[in-house]
Amino acid sequence: MTLLKVENLSVDFPTPDGLVAAVHEASFEINAGETLAIVGESGSGKTVTNLALMGLIPARTANISGSAKFESHNGSIDLLSMDRNELRKYRGKDIAMIFQDPMSSLHPFYTIGDQIIEAHQVHNKVDLKVSKARAIELLELVGIQGAATRIKAFPHQFSGGMRQRVMIAMALVNNPSLLIADEPTTALDVTVQAQIIKLLGDLQKEFKMAMILITHDMGVVAGAADRVNVMYAGRIVESANVRDLYSNPLMPYTQGLLASVPRMDRPHTNRLSAIPGQPPSMIALPTGCSFNPRCIRKSEVSGSRCETLMPDLTPRGNGHLARCFIGEGA
Amino acid sequence: MFAYISRRLAVSLLILLTVSFAVYIIFAFLPFDPAALTCGKNCNDPGIIEANRHRLGYDLPFFTQYFLFLKGLFFGRSFGEGAALINCPAPSLGYSFQQHACVTNLIGEALPVTFSLAIGAIVMWLALGIGLGILAARFRGRIVDQLSTIFVLIGTSLPTFLTGLLLMVFVVIRWHLIPFPSGNYTPFLENPFEWAQILFLPWLTLAFAYAALYTRFVRSSVIDTSNEDYIRTARAKGLSEGVILGKHTLRSALAPIATMAGLDFAGLLGGAILTESVFNLPGLGRLAISSVVKYDLPIIVATTLLAAFIVVVMNLIVDILYAYIDPRVRVA
Repeated sequence: MTLLKVENLSVDFPTPDGLVAAVHEASFEINAGETLAIVGESGSGKTVTNLALMGLIPARTANISGSAKFESHNGSIDLLSMDRNELRKYRGKDIAMIFQDPMSSLHPFYTIGDQIIEAHQVHNKVDLKVSKARAIELLELVGIQGAATRIKAFPHQFSGGMRQRVMIAMALVNNPSLLIADEPTTALDVTVQAQIIKLLGDLQKEFKMAMILITHDMGVVAGAADRVNVMYAGRIVESANVRDLYSNPLMPYTQGLLASVPRMDRPHTNRLSAIPGQPPSMIALPTGCSFNPRCIRKSEVSGSRCETLMPDLTPRGNGHLARCFIGEGA
Repeated sequence: MFAYISRRLAVSLLILLTVSFAVYIIFAFLPFDPAALTCGKNCNDPGIIEANRHRLGYDLPFFTQYFLFLKGLFFGRSFGEGAALINCPAPSLGYSFQQHACVTNLIGEALPVTFSLAIGAIVMWLALGIGLGILAARFRGRIVDQLSTIFVLIGTSLPTFLTGLLLMVFVVIRWHLIPFPSGNYTPFLENPFEWAQILFLPWLTLAFAYAALYTRFVRSSVIDTSNEDYIRTARAKGLSEGVILGKHTLRSALAPIATMAGLDFAGLLGGAILTESVFNLPGLGRLAISSVVKYDLPIIVATTLLAAFIVVVMNLIVDILYAYIDPRVRVA
């Protein structure tokens, strides 16, 4: 069952220097229970895509267009056209979100119990005791020892990894059908990262929820995702199921991303490969394909098409989509 | 929490002792002879001066004097002997020969006036400054915000003596909205209505200046807090904008206001010199100024010490309050 179907999502921010097209006509779907990873460098539009879906971009600061059909507890809704006040009823209930930095994502003045209970109370007309029991249940589920007493502790009394667990508990308190995890492990130690990713995977199965995992860690993607969208300069440049993407990356940018992952199963004779150049300025995007100034396979395309035309995101079989002239129509 | 409070209390006592000592040093080593000042401008009878010096204890060594001063604070003190015995009960801050009164009594008369002035003003400016600051932050860039910017500009640039005079000229003299202040202060318990009527313009004068500062501060504090990650979390939970502002944003944004308000209030309690002068209020500020002009040293020492005492106590209150507001402070 398709849980969320996003079509032609564009987000433009007007700035004094011109319009910044943070996301340009992104279309993708996610099925119930599935994990979609969105990968890309900083500024590629991963986070903005999801903030737009959550209605968390202040209305006056951006022009948002497109549609996002979502199957909620209350029937099918369009997240993008819905009145913001109306959307509030689904936020935190059907769609929950966890953020990059658990150190700053919890309110420092309230106990973690208060904050989780509050998340439950907004969407459920139940007694405080019920919400409290639910909060303790969730904290135990995410692996916080002695949840019944820890509930009275303040965020600063937890480590970063523990705080992220608290954030996860808070996100799951209303049984969401979709969890958006925005770089949930970026701010954590490597060992803790693995624990959190495993926890998210376990909980996802238990709660039967879909997950959008935003990350730039290709290692995390390989272990956790079903499907992957690669974004570059506001556009989806490749989309495939995780096996296809890793075994047969089509877009040179994706190839570059995968090549830059350190591998233990290969001899480390050479230096780690990196994609040359830097991400483009979002105000002055290069003409043609946004990636062309950094592309090392440009020469394979005849003429100067890469410099003049933006390739379309075209199907390459088996649900694999790529935005590249190389291999197009083959 | 208890350990925190007792530690802060001990430190405060130490600060007060240091301040009292410093003030007393200044008092003792000023190039004036306190005894000579006690007998009036054209007094040059060394007999009277020496007699007064002995009566007031100025002939004793410095540390003895300081000790007697401290002792007087807790046990009262008497000056002279026999028929000329003057007794100032605890807490005695000394005796003013020029006013022929115990300093404690003089301060006891002036303090309620200044306190009334400060308390009314702070209520006004907090209400105005916080209210306007929140509105300006909430409707940033719109008409409310722009109006508040104008208010801030005027409020911060007009000195209080000018605001006070303008209010007097227009509200009282031109428009007759409030009767002319008689110069007599009416205590709250005697007649609350008259008390408020006399103090209304002084309150407004002070509140105007402070409210402008607070508006600016609250506005930027609310805007900064709104950009915090935990506010985005609150929004992601599905909370209403009202709850996000009232419960999440303001709790953090207004915490520093407690510190600011506490210290500003303490500053005012030490004497709102200009405002008291413009409105002819017999408060601490006026007492201090008149004693400075007349070299009435015991009063200068006492008012300085009192101002320091108030600042230290308010600091303590603010710190304890802050520990209550921000749980991260409690363990520190």
